[in-house]
Amino acid sequence: MEWKWDFTLQILPRLIEATGATLMAAAFGYLIAMVLGLGLALAQRTPYGALTRVVREGVEFIRSTPLILQIFFVFYVAPQFGVTLSPWVAGMLAIGLHYAAYLSEVYRGGLESVDRGQWEAATSLNLGTAHAYRRIILPQALPNAIPGMGNYLVGILKDTPMLSVIGVGELMHTANAIGAETYRFLEPFTLVGLIFLTISLPLAELVRRAETRLRRKLGLVK
Amino acid sequence: MSYSDFLVIHGPRLLGGTWITVQQTVLAAVLAVLIALLFGLLKISPLRPVRALASVYIEVFRGTSLLVQLYWIFFVLPLFGITIDKFTAGFVAVGLNLGAYGAEVVRGAIQSVPRGQWEAALALNLSPARRMWRIILPQALVNMLPAWGNLMIEVLKGTALVAMISVADLMFEARQINGSTYLSAQVFGTALVIYYLLGRLGVTPLMRWLEKTVARRMGRV
Repeated sequence: MEWKWDFTLQILPRLIEATGATLMAAAFGYLIAMVLGLGLALAQRTPYGALTRVVREGVEFIRSTPLILQIFFVFYVAPQFGVTLSPWVAGMLAIGLHYAAYLSEVYRGGLESVDRGQWEAATSLNLGTAHAYRRIILPQALPNAIPGMGNYLVGILKDTPMLSVIGVGELMHTANAIGAETYRFLEPFTLVGLIFLTISLPLAELVRRAETRLRRKLGLVK
Repeated sequence: MSYSDFLVIHGPRLLGGTWITVQQTVLAAVLAVLIALLFGLLKISPLRPVRALASVYIEVFRGTSLLVQLYWIFFVLPLFGITIDKFTAGFVAVGLNLGAYGAEVVRGAIQSVPRGQWEAALALNLSPARRMWRIILPQALVNMLPAWGNLMIEVLKGTALVAMISVADLMFEARQINGSTYLSAQVFGTALVIYYLLGRLGVTPLMRWLEKTVARRMGRV
């Protein structure tokens, strides 16, 4: 089979448009993961041992089961409880929750790196727990967590093709559609691979550089 | 339908799928280890073109998605006359992908072996191959096993994607049952639990045991 350039140029605009959807899915998914992840991390630091154990076990569960199955689970199970989710909403929830579990571990590391003395100081100033978190602990913990977060941004981008299985119109889904319409798979699938490379390699490099700089700035490495 | 009825009717099919998942995981894991060793070693070769080749492999497989690679291997390779049956295409894609991640782990572990060990091997007049095999790799192995524990879980999770090319694994059977019964919560929930148990009771204890055994044999405990 030969590579057809005219066909390539013909499908390229459609794939580039779908790349926008892929980037959006990654961005939204990551946003959800950042917020939910913080919730999961904080829930493991309450004085209630039972809650900590349940959340810990839940995070372990999410991390060690396949994302694609979780996507199906959210998409098909929600309607059984009377909530019908669009593919986009279900996909964002599933991918957001999956990465929230990973990010919560990063946040946990950041929170644990805050010196105990900070808590004692907050207590001695008569600050409540919520207040202490908001004004004292989190502002110190979050910068420490940021260097570990970048890899998951690249990871979430590379996992977005799984959303195609429930019909989210991102890159993989579009490539599949083109293949089904034209019976040509060589160009669309290869282009998807190339588009991913051109986004994820520079992104990974950017993340690496930003993390090194940040680590140095925060004094985590000399 | 009660959950026990559900298990009686559909349990055997889910178990059959689980068995395929186990096979895919084992085969993909073996391939991943071989690929990781090969490209990890090539990555530290003194020859620049060899290193470049390894880098290209690692970056391509780490820079694109496993699903994209799987589709490419299954749908595009036949166009070039290379037809692979779906079962093989499945574990090969997972193995090639996780092998690229593993190659970086192998490279890092080899480079973390203290310089003195390399020099001592040189002083004993060991050939480069013997030095790597008898002195460096065994020590690197101790360093890299914890990271491999995580990678093996990724292998297990990665095999769920082979359902997309119709390999009848656990994920595939779950989808089929869901399609015919619409008992989504039961079937997908059960499949999630099976994956979790495979990791929790299978992969993780096995890797921990391997870590301990190797560490003991290397005199690190």
